[in-house]
Amino acid sequence: MQKSLHIDPGKCTGCLQCEMACSYEHTGAFNPSRSLIKVFDFHHEGRKVPYTCTQCAEAWCLNACPVEAIKIDVTTGAKVVLDAVCVGCKVCTIACPFGTINYSHETGKVQKCDLCGGDPACAEACPTDAITYIDSDWTGLERMRKWAQKTDSAARV
Amino acid sequence: MAWTRKILRINLTQGSCVSEALNMEWAAQYLGQRGLASKYLVSEIDPRVDPLSPENKIIYATGPLTGTMASTGGRYSVVTKGPLTGVIACSNSGGFFGAELKFAGWDMIIVEGKSSTPVYLHIENERAELLPADDLWGTTVWSTEATLKKRHQDPLLRVSSIGRAGENQVLFAAIVNDLHRAAGRSGVGAVMGSKNLKAIAVRGTRGVGNIADAKAFMAAATAGKKVLAENAVTGQGLPTYGTQVLMNVINEMGALPTRNHRDVEFEGARKISAEAMHEKRASDGRAHLVTNQACFGCTIACGRISRIDESHFSVETRPEYWGANGGLEYEAAWALGSANGVDDLEALQFANLLCNEDGMDPISFGATVGAVMELYDLGILSKEEIGLEVPFGSAEALCKLAEMTARGEGFGKILGQGSKRVCARYGKPELSMTVKGQEFPAYDGRALQGMGLAYATSNRGACHLRGYMVSSEVFGIPVKTDPRETAGKPEMLKAFQDATAVVDSSGLCVFTTFAWTMNDIQPQIQAACEGDWSQDSLLQMGERIWNLERDFNNAAATTGKDDTLPPRLLNEPCKTGGSKGMVAELGKMLPEYYSLRGWTPEGVPTAATRSRLGL
Repeated sequence: MQKSLHIDPGKCTGCLQCEMACSYEHTGAFNPSRSLIKVFDFHHEGRKVPYTCTQCAEAWCLNACPVEAIKIDVTTGAKVVLDAVCVGCKVCTIACPFGTINYSHETGKVQKCDLCGGDPACAEACPTDAITYIDSDWTGLERMRKWAQKTDSAARV
Repeated sequence: MAWTRKILRINLTQGSCVSEALNMEWAAQYLGQRGLASKYLVSEIDPRVDPLSPENKIIYATGPLTGTMASTGGRYSVVTKGPLTGVIACSNSGGFFGAELKFAGWDMIIVEGKSSTPVYLHIENERAELLPADDLWGTTVWSTEATLKKRHQDPLLRVSSIGRAGENQVLFAAIVNDLHRAAGRSGVGAVMGSKNLKAIAVRGTRGVGNIADAKAFMAAATAGKKVLAENAVTGQGLPTYGTQVLMNVINEMGALPTRNHRDVEFEGARKISAEAMHEKRASDGRAHLVTNQACFGCTIACGRISRIDESHFSVETRPEYWGANGGLEYEAAWALGSANGVDDLEALQFANLLCNEDGMDPISFGATVGAVMELYDLGILSKEEIGLEVPFGSAEALCKLAEMTARGEGFGKILGQGSKRVCARYGKPELSMTVKGQEFPAYDGRALQGMGLAYATSNRGACHLRGYMVSSEVFGIPVKTDPRETAGKPEMLKAFQDATAVVDSSGLCVFTTFAWTMNDIQPQIQAACEGDWSQDSLLQMGERIWNLERDFNNAAATTGKDDTLPPRLLNEPCKTGGSKGMVAELGKMLPEYYSLRGWTPEGVPTAATRSRLGL
């Protein structure tokens, strides 16, 4: 089964455990400025939204890269940056419509979510299940279930 | 290690920003945050210094767990000599500022001297500079944060600042970070204002990477989060209802101070309770509460985000307050509501917003309004003197007084001096519901005997966060004790005070202790920090911190004679409810408390105590 990160902003409290887990997984330090997932606080709406790469099937970043530094991880489907190949030209950051691939001046490479090789640290760390890692073909299942439950039936007594 | 081992020292008189090494011997004795900053403060200032003079210093300190994945690990403390109390002030705040300071590579900032003109401190990792704040002076916390983010083109900047209350040296002015989180009590904001320091804006990209035993730390932190999630208070009660869940509980016990402690039950409690925050309003069909919100790293998320009723008189012509915003916590709802007899939830929310926006402690502000309303009720203060009518229960008066106090207008200048000075000014010092100059929070010291002792002995004046006996006397955590009983309370309070000093020095939030014991906290500290952090050494450190603070206060001439309560609590019995007939029986507990502390009958730590604690 291929899995995807699934985000339910309604459950997010804005604690940033995901940002710390991501940075710890990738850099060995708790450092939200190096996190590949970001939580946005739309304060006056009372909404917090975690946001990261959705691993497009037809990935703009991958197609735009002039040196083929972005490859598909066949087991997870993640679009992964090969640091040894990336030249830091940032063309992918222009191509990506969502802003989820970014340049790091510390490494001189671009960085993006790689799904932690199939065990995403952000989902593991999220205390409210606002971020889960579930079957990519059925990310709507839980929402469907909730609506299904509300569906009235003549058979109900 | 978990410490960055670096202090940023700012001398405002000279305009200098200097990096210096953290004293690791002191770190081994005082851990961080409250303990370590207090050690620096008492070593560097004269206890008799005028709190609002350039000779006072103000310290912003993180703990070793600040900026880590430990749940709630985002706290920082502001330590200084408090202008409201004249004793050591240590005000703790959450939000995101503390972690950001750590990510920039600093354990603490020590600010000394006074700038000749308004300035703010801008920190970007190791680079720190003082910049002109003339244009920010006279503006609010919220506008300061927005301006600085724009000016530095940095939406990720974290800002801690004062509003007009701090500039005007309101004696209960707070320092506010991330819009709604505050180092709230004892007037730390007035100290910042006295130094012409408007704000600290920080951006850190270095992270916290030097955990002593990272693997053990991650295991301990994960285990700790599981305990919080599975506990009824931290896993369900606080996220759903916030701290305000206490309103009905405390009222039903007859322990909810009402109308300046004249009463202990408030007939309007239900209207300002957590349950009321969830109910849909008749006016617009919306609930007051929008959602809950976490501080940095917190898996409890007790913070409230609320939306005020747009048709309420306080905001009907001010759309800038209509959006979702920081909401009421229990202490604020009590002080702005029950303490004044006001049961209008929207008015409480508006006054609370003004407190956040201009940096005032809602507890001291609300409690001082309660004293003013009593003086008015007694005919001692007139409408002419105040500029408006202020009967108990007046939501209009509450909202107007909040604006006047924050802006230093008219009678607001007097109210901004706090309850003790207001009551003394009008010849009724006994009506001030304070200890050591600081207003009580939301639990009556007559109904909860342990809390009475906690208030009288707190090192920062009346306070619920120095030894939260409510935990035992109301919730039964860690064991249930009878709130009417005095026996055993001194011993329990000492244990609470010492353990709380440990939590306050670590970077963690004290609310974790609804679920966590030292068995959960100690492994996280031990894994993160090099050195011996056994439970015994931690609790002895807590006791050391308590005595260090006490020594400072004694030297500042606030001594055993000040470990007392207002005559109303000692002599006027509770009139109704479960606590009917009770007074605070302080005399039964205080001598035993001193003895357990190893203090003389005058409340001075003995030579043997000081030597045992390495003081």
